[in-house]
Amino acid sequence: MSDVLFHLFAIFTVACALGVVFNKNAVASALCLLLSLVGVAGLFVLLDAFLLAVLLVLVYAGAVVALFLFIIMLLDMQGGDRKKFTKATIFSSTLAGGLLVTGLVSFATRGQLETDPTVPVVGNTLRAYAEQLFTVYLLPVQIVGFLLLIAMLGVIVLSKKFEGLDDIK
Amino acid sequence: MSSLPLAALDGLFSVSLNAYLYLAAVLFAIGFFGVLLRKNTLVIYMCLELMLVASTVALVAFSRYNGVMDGNVFVFFILTVAAAEVAVGLAIIVALFRRRQTVQVEELNALKN
Repeated sequence: MSDVLFHLFAIFTVACALGVVFNKNAVASALCLLLSLVGVAGLFVLLDAFLLAVLLVLVYAGAVVALFLFIIMLLDMQGGDRKKFTKATIFSSTLAGGLLVTGLVSFATRGQLETDPTVPVVGNTLRAYAEQLFTVYLLPVQIVGFLLLIAMLGVIVLSKKFEGLDDIK
Repeated sequence: MSSLPLAALDGLFSVSLNAYLYLAAVLFAIGFFGVLLRKNTLVIYMCLELMLVASTVALVAFSRYNGVMDGNVFVFFILTVAAAEVAVGLAIIVALFRRRQTVQVEELNALKN
């Protein structure tokens, strides 16, 4: 049952990821990214990480992809790429991607990771996350909070037009 | 809810950890390939997000198959940092577009020569 679901979600995710790369239109790419993220959320559910699945859909599919679509609309790029890919680009990127996937797969096949069927499920309750986040990972939580604040301030500064500051342009 | 481990419905994992790692590797490679191939800055950025998501799949799988919480908590932080990163990156792209009227990487060659 979960075997079939895994293969279903895996194929769906990879197909949509390929769609992100090969679509000519940026809007279609963003929508493929959305579908791919939904597939990854399904995989998270299969791995009993329910909270992370919900967060992935909320944060990534909800906020990030919406932001991408908004920026595509704002910049009004007329139907995607204008220039054709050169042969050198296609060849070198295929080579690099192929090398990466062979390296990673051979790395994963060398050490056979054993699957222990008696491993307890720990990541399926909100309580487990709260216990970790507010004890062991308390300092990172604070730092990430500051990071979000700084990112927000940076975005405001980047996108605001300052009057009378032409010299720093 | 705690008595419902979906991956172990039949008492055993029917999918191995390696399968999840292969999937993560393939997703990461597709994202990397897209970053190298595409010329549109926004699409390059989407492919970067794809690479981040691929790494989260590996982390969650490791966490589940070892029975520890750390991988899941790391994914939590990755999500937060990715959200901040996307906001800043897209603001930079918009500022770039205002200055240069393009988002194609081939035309952004001010540092050439």
